Amino acid sequence: MDIKLTIDGKEIEVPQGTMLLEACRKAGADIPTFCYDPDLKLAGSCRMCVVQPKGWRNLVASCVTPAQNGMVIETESSDVVEARKVVLELMLARHKLTCHTCEKDGECNLQDYCYRYGVTESRFAGKVHNLFKDDSNPFIERDYDKCVMCTRCVRACEEITGARAINVMDRGHHAHIATAYDGSLEDSPCVFCGQCIMVCPVGALSSKIAAGQGKPAQNDKVMTTCTYCGTGCTFELNVKNDKIVGVTSNRDAEWSPVNKGALCVKGRFGWDFVNSPERLTTPLIKENGEFRPASWDEALDLAADKIKAVKEQYGPDSISMFSSARITNEENYLAQKLMRAAIGSNNVDHCARL
Amino acid sequence: MTQEYRVLLEHADKINPESAADYIQVGGYKGLEKARSMNPKDLTEEVKKSGLRGRGGAGFNAGMKWSFVPQYPETKYVVCNFDEGEPGTYKDRIICQKNAQALLEGMAICGHAIGSNNGYIYCRGEYPFVVEMLKKAIGNAKESGALGEFNIEVRMGAGAYVCGEETALIESIEGHRGEPRFKPPFPGVEGLWRMPTVVNNVETFACLPYIMTNGADWFAGIGAKSYPGTKVLTLTGDIENPTYFEVPTDYLLRDVIYELGGGVKGGKKLKAVQVGGTSGAFIPSQNLDTPIDFDSMGAIGAALGSGAVFVMDESRDIVDIINRIAKFFEHESCGQCTPCREGTFRCKEIMERINTGRGSLKDIENLKVLARIMQKASLCGLGQAAPIPITSTLEHFEYEYLRKLV
Amino acid sequence: MTNSINELENDAKCVFLIGTNTTENHPVIGYKIRQNVLKNGAKLIVADPRRIELAELADVYLPFKPGTDVALFNGMMNVIISEGLADREFIETRTEGYEAMAKVVENYPPEAAAEICGVDAADIIKAARLYAESEASSVCYAMGLTQHTTGTDNVKSCCNLALLTGNLGKPGTGVNPLRGQNNVQGACDMGALPVVFTAYQAVTNDEAREKFEKAWGVKLSGVNGLTLTKTINKAYEGEVKGLIVIGENPMVSDPDLHHVEEALDKLDFLIVQDIFLTETAQKADIVLPGVSFVEKDGTFSNTERRVQRVRKAVSNVGDSRQDWEILCELSTRLGYPMSYNSPEEIFEEIRTLTPSYAGMTYARLEGKGLPWPCPNEDHPGTPFLHKEKFNRGLGLFHAIEYLEPAELPDEEYPIILTTGRSLYHYHTGTMTRKAKGLDEYMPENVVQINTELAKDMNIIDGEVVRVATRRGNIELKAEVIDGIRENVIFTYFHFAEAAANVLTNADVLDPVAGIPEYKVSAARLEKIQ
Repeated sequence: MDIKLTIDGKEIEVPQGTMLLEACRKAGADIPTFCYDPDLKLAGSCRMCVVQPKGWRNLVASCVTPAQNGMVIETESSDVVEARKVVLELMLARHKLTCHTCEKDGECNLQDYCYRYGVTESRFAGKVHNLFKDDSNPFIERDYDKCVMCTRCVRACEEITGARAINVMDRGHHAHIATAYDGSLEDSPCVFCGQCIMVCPVGALSSKIAAGQGKPAQNDKVMTTCTYCGTGCTFELNVKNDKIVGVTSNRDAEWSPVNKGALCVKGRFGWDFVNSPERLTTPLIKENGEFRPASWDEALDLAADKIKAVKEQYGPDSISMFSSARITNEENYLAQKLMRAAIGSNNVDHCARL
Repeated sequence: MTQEYRVLLEHADKINPESAADYIQVGGYKGLEKARSMNPKDLTEEVKKSGLRGRGGAGFNAGMKWSFVPQYPETKYVVCNFDEGEPGTYKDRIICQKNAQALLEGMAICGHAIGSNNGYIYCRGEYPFVVEMLKKAIGNAKESGALGEFNIEVRMGAGAYVCGEETALIESIEGHRGEPRFKPPFPGVEGLWRMPTVVNNVETFACLPYIMTNGADWFAGIGAKSYPGTKVLTLTGDIENPTYFEVPTDYLLRDVIYELGGGVKGGKKLKAVQVGGTSGAFIPSQNLDTPIDFDSMGAIGAALGSGAVFVMDESRDIVDIINRIAKFFEHESCGQCTPCREGTFRCKEIMERINTGRGSLKDIENLKVLARIMQKASLCGLGQAAPIPITSTLEHFEYEYLRKLV
Repeated sequence: MTNSINELENDAKCVFLIGTNTTENHPVIGYKIRQNVLKNGAKLIVADPRRIELAELADVYLPFKPGTDVALFNGMMNVIISEGLADREFIETRTEGYEAMAKVVENYPPEAAAEICGVDAADIIKAARLYAESEASSVCYAMGLTQHTTGTDNVKSCCNLALLTGNLGKPGTGVNPLRGQNNVQGACDMGALPVVFTAYQAVTNDEAREKFEKAWGVKLSGVNGLTLTKTINKAYEGEVKGLIVIGENPMVSDPDLHHVEEALDKLDFLIVQDIFLTETAQKADIVLPGVSFVEKDGTFSNTERRVQRVRKAVSNVGDSRQDWEILCELSTRLGYPMSYNSPEEIFEEIRTLTPSYAGMTYARLEGKGLPWPCPNEDHPGTPFLHKEKFNRGLGLFHAIEYLEPAELPDEEYPIILTTGRSLYHYHTGTMTRKAKGLDEYMPENVVQINTELAKDMNIIDGEVVRVATRRGNIELKAEVIDGIRENVIFTYFHFAEAAANVLTNADVLDPVAGIPEYKVSAARLEKIQ
């Protein structure tokens, strides 16, 4: 059964059980959120998505309030705007404002909403926490002085990865995200998948591997498929000045059908080998037991000569090829075609057995 | 002459609260017997008709609450909220210590109404001795057969004020952090272990046996029409007679203080009364002629709440008291939602500033903004009610603030 | 996989993991299985000599002896048949060979199987019931099942179990090998195998060969080629004279590395095409620098047969070249000109010769790719196989007796060594050892030793010990843990400087698949004085 309600003067119909947030978005209202995440259990705690149902005493968090028949909702009433501004100011009051060096600069919800509501500074500025602690793991930077306590990381850790490495510790203003006994991630069940980074709406969690190389918001993104195990996770390569500077998640099932943005430590943090100075940059030919650089023509001619000589002397089946489970389908196709059509043997295999 | 009217506490100190036999001797467990002879629907109607409203603070009609519980799921729960965390409140402890069996009987009556044999009592962590007593009382009642199939387990809190909020209480019983859930779904539909659950206060449950034995009409005829019955009040602060009283709900606040309480200590003048616990409004002396019932208190911007009555004499420094209250809420906020987590902390900061003579008019303005948003946008009652002492004193005692500013 | 990955999270009511440490080797699949258990209450059976992470969530955990897989399957099937839990209708309408299989299985009552496997009979019974009684049961395995001399038997037993209970051809069911490498599925699909062209068209099949001969304009050999493991042996024997290696590192990944090295040394030529100077490349005569996955366009096929795009993000490094261009150049120089303008053009050729890829185009693969078979351009792809019938028509039961592993512990080598991967590294470490974070987090190899065994041998955690087999020995740091069978030790094979494959056995292979028995080597643990 559908429900009829009015949102910002616009009448819309939604199915029973639809939350106001979805209904408002359907009606074209741009509702800001921190703790809401479509793939995680609802929290209803940041109170950024509050809206005003006509005739109700209080504002309601639209993400957790079911739409009711006949509701009249205002999404930008003066009360709503005031509440959102105060929520932002309360967050700002404890936020380490280092946007200039922040990895999230340019795609930070706090930054964007402060801009939208013209919040330049906080009326409630006072004590700040200095919660930041060194966590010596090589993958995940945790800077809880930038945390807005949306708990998306906690929920992602539990509901996507299932590691359950982190949770909220302490109460009230002292509440913060911690591992059991507030130790380092390395001493927790953390598997460094970085799903926490994927869902963090601000700069509290970021990649140490990508740090300082390019703010993700400013990088070009190229969707590709992971080069490690056979799961086939897809992700966005971050590119800056023709260099890979990071990996980020694309959570759209249309682009990430297998993993929906979720990755493992290798996928999210194991990409930097492509920039290794040890990469081969030129063909090499061994002479007297030592390699020397060679031109492509020289190397390829020599390779062809060697293959031809052996083939002539011992026949095509004296030559084998190990193709690769790492290279593409197209390349594997050409490799076996070369072996079969150009050399004339079926001696082609790859490491499927290893 | 105003005097007590004891229903729940009629046999206080005359019977052993642990003993089902003692209780039965004074007419106990008759109500349960009667309830069980009724069909659950009629029982719920009867409770609805009595007008019994929640004694924990929110004042919701008990029978109405039960009627939201769906019939079909097999597992349902009856949970007694005995967290009693409001400073100055100890009436639930008194009821348990004087008449524990009535609480157990009340829970079993509720169990019959909603179709549950699973009861939990969530007792505040500071009452270990009452837990011991309750366990004995339950054991005794089970042995006597008075409770029949209905089981009750006692769970202990760990000192968090917020666990008096029914959904935080449920989370705590489940072994999680004591954090309120967003509502809906309400516990009646999805409560303990995500099953339908009725959560009522000790005093609410303890009223039920008497409603059953004496009839809904009898109960509805006591005290105020819209909030009938008696209420156990606890008097604290600058009062001659700091103790507890059970009174009909239509008594005036003035009579409670001056007749039962013996007036302000040392014959001093009264400055303010805070009713209902730490989040209650500060009532100035000109509003003393208000009946204590839920709606009358609401009409003057106050709340009956848990029934704590905190009396402050003319020598009290309102700002200092509010500063302490702000500290209390800063300490007790669970930290889940932004307005409460950050708001209580900033309120405390501002109050400290004002109280130590470093505050400005700007601070008062900011305090008002914060209070407004906390009330309007917090996730649970704690955050919504925490600013009430501030707003009520800014309304009635603003000069006390102003004189402390820079 | 017969079925798709997301079914493991959403559709399977029971997941049976055998020989797969899923959360370490296929982490994202591991998450999904874990969520299915935690959120939906799916049942979980884990069979592994090591108490892997997912064992903690398992309804039944079977810490069975390495190499006793067939006995375990037969024991479970014995329970299923004797308790009447088999899917009679499925057996009758969709399978053949039941009687012969059932006859063999009769010899494996749970107590007998338990004796062979070193587990409790009650657990075998429980596992059998959970698997058979659940509405949809999926069995997943990886190299733990296959890297045995009986690897093929193990897989067939796995199929027997699924056929017996009708757990095929429906969502949430299936026989699901979790493939360990990004494009191992694709390499197989593309015919990088000695016996088939693309889409498993046999080189010995005249019709198939004629089709490729026509398309490629050249006469083709109808003789099956050499597998990788055989190639090394033949090189050692001097029959293989030349080897071209593309993006592989047999000097770390293959069994008995001393043997591999000697074999490579005997070659007339070794050409290696790679992105790093790997241990294998160092032995080459010519090294051709290809490009990494971030520098190329193309497609990978994942373990659920989904073909997905790989997209070029940055330019080639230095003077390195696209791998497909190198292959074209070489082929042309060998007198067989190959010329394409782009990987897409190659793909267009592939799909004309590959029925399961025929309906795919780069345009169709743009978003979420397509799982094969996808026979025409209107076909949506196939998330799970064998819906109405099997490729061969009826599903065939195999009657399989348990055979012992080739190299059993004896007095000299009293312990079973088994090898595998870590979450933090990948295969021969060519890439991950050069990833800063990964190598910093896990810089060296260890050997996992059971607490009791360590106590008996007076070995403490962190102590360097020597692990020896008939092939050689390496020194490793001891990691003393509870979660491994008492007479089993485990080590990783990622580390060239402490290479597990110095220890493994190249002499014995699965007779059908030619897979080495990485999971069982008789070994000795020695204290270093």
